[in-house]
Amino acid sequence: MNKIVDFNAFPDAYGRFGNYGGSYVAETLMAPLAELTEAYLRLREDPAFIAELDHDLKHYVGRPSPIYHAERLSQHVGGARILFKREDLNHTGAHKINNTVGQALVAKRMGKPRIIAETGAGQHGVASATVAARLGLKCVVYMGAVDIERQKINVYRMKLLGAEVVPVTSGSKTLKDALNEAMRDWVTNVTDTFYIIGTVAGPHPYPLMVRDFNAIVGREARAQMLEEYGRLPDVLTACVGGGSNAIGLFHAFLNDADVRIVGAEAAGEGIATGHHAASLAAGRPGVLHGNRTYVLCDDNGQITETHSISAGLDYPGVGPEHAFLKDVGRAEYVGITDDEAMEAFHLLARQEGILAALESSHAVAQAIKLAREMPKDGIVLCNLSGRGDKDVHTIAAREGVQV
Amino acid sequence: MSRIDRRFAALKATHRTGLIPFVTAGDPSPQHMVALMHALVDAGADLIELGVPFSDPMADGPVIQHASERAIAKGVGLNEVLAWVAAFRQLDTDTPIVLMGYLNSVEIHGYARFAQEAVQAGVDGLLLVDCPLEESAVLRPLRDAGLQQILLAAPTTAPARMAQLCGSAEGFLYYVSFAGITGAAHLSTGDIAARVADIRAHAKAPVAVGFGIRDAASAKAIAGFADAVVIGSALVERLAGATDAEEIAVRVRAFLTPIRTALDAH
Repeated sequence: MNKIVDFNAFPDAYGRFGNYGGSYVAETLMAPLAELTEAYLRLREDPAFIAELDHDLKHYVGRPSPIYHAERLSQHVGGARILFKREDLNHTGAHKINNTVGQALVAKRMGKPRIIAETGAGQHGVASATVAARLGLKCVVYMGAVDIERQKINVYRMKLLGAEVVPVTSGSKTLKDALNEAMRDWVTNVTDTFYIIGTVAGPHPYPLMVRDFNAIVGREARAQMLEEYGRLPDVLTACVGGGSNAIGLFHAFLNDADVRIVGAEAAGEGIATGHHAASLAAGRPGVLHGNRTYVLCDDNGQITETHSISAGLDYPGVGPEHAFLKDVGRAEYVGITDDEAMEAFHLLARQEGILAALESSHAVAQAIKLAREMPKDGIVLCNLSGRGDKDVHTIAAREGVQV
Repeated sequence: MSRIDRRFAALKATHRTGLIPFVTAGDPSPQHMVALMHALVDAGADLIELGVPFSDPMADGPVIQHASERAIAKGVGLNEVLAWVAAFRQLDTDTPIVLMGYLNSVEIHGYARFAQEAVQAGVDGLLLVDCPLEESAVLRPLRDAGLQQILLAAPTTAPARMAQLCGSAEGFLYYVSFAGITGAAHLSTGDIAARVADIRAHAKAPVAVGFGIRDAASAKAIAGFADAVVIGSALVERLAGATDAEEIAVRVRAFLTPIRTALDAH
């Protein structure tokens, strides 16, 4: 970077992160988005709201989550120390709850009795169903038919929590189509419905709001690093699908110019094969789901079908703030293949007794790659964004094991 | 005066309500697309809205989603759409054509390139569902080239914003009759009438009403207070599966003629 940027200054009033972000939605949604923006910008400064959120994060989610030095894994790799921010220990098993607790409180304050959500791996759907149950709100979750098949456990969890899960059979029947369908529901039911978007994408104010609610991950981690290690990490890494856990970890460190930041995208079967979901590493600027960002599309602008072993990373766009961080050179984004993620999953299980989500296993693989090239006194801080219980069937099937 | 402006001026002079059919480009048949466009005009269309197929049509209901998927599967993209418009223009230089779709198609094609090619092909206007006024600075090369940007207004549009839309409207202002997706069917003409009357009193451009108009009866109900009606999903549904030019023309006539008659009897 050749000039100093204050990363806290983004997005601007139009929700733009440099050339990215914005509000590319149908006219019908402009009013509800303005209403939401107004409400959220007021609430984020409201001491009573902040106190209620902090209380829920502590007593319901179980924050703060620890940072954990994976000593055996680090020794096995033979390079820098690998530390994990343990978001897998949160209630419902992933970082997604940080955001849904926050948005549900916004919904409650706005008097919306019905919430809708889209989900890929099902973690955001479960986290939405969870907070809806707790606040007594009706909850409808849109999920691609393909994802329903590969995430059966989470589908059942949502139903146990009282949510209605609606299969989406249009397009590629995955996360992007679930998002389209949730948008269609919202445009039809704008007066009584609050749309809880699960990642840092969508129109303004979602990339801002979802980032704010997840930024507690990085704020905690930064303070924990200083307290427990007396220094900041050398490198941060996290997996990037839409990018909410990644921006959550990265944001508090963006103005720490000495901290290197590396996002791990899903390279699927390899970027060269075309079967991947690496929007930043292999995509181009475009407009999808209400914002300008990097997308995977063909020369006609048609969004292409993506592939990843992990449903949560199987998305052809990415949050606009990541697009901005890539372009200004503040963060690097690299691909991790299905095979590399699987290898990291097994290594972490055997070395540390932790089953990581397949999404998070991409970050673990990247952390291992980084640590291997660094001296022993270096520190890699990796966001272990979710636990892998939901993935055991997928893993067993891939490895030919009957469960 | 643009082709769109001329057409609305002629409608006004003859006290007629405009009929704007929407079809998804490339559906039901890419080979017969130009024939379909001529058939629409023969059956009474005053302006044609041509949907540019997009993989992720967030504002569209199942009928247009599926039509887009069929067209994309046959390889239809902006290049094909522009070629059909150019071919149509060889025989019809009067009927305005508005392309309707989503911003990513134009963004990836390139704004300056699209502007030049669209004008050359004979496109008159562009309605980009996911590009509200606030984000339309990127469309400057299109406006500079003479393409009119058709803006949408909705039941949820707040008064101050409506005034802004009325002031910026060119070609015509497209009023979305209810909060929802294309093809849904719960039209409440009483609510629409009051809103459209208010918009017409303030807008610089004529007002077309769309979403939820399916047949002669619903078109006639709207005709009393709108400058034009847009009919999309019901027509796309009727055309689905037609395989030759003759069958397409027969279906277009069967569908549009009663609507044209109802509008003219108004």
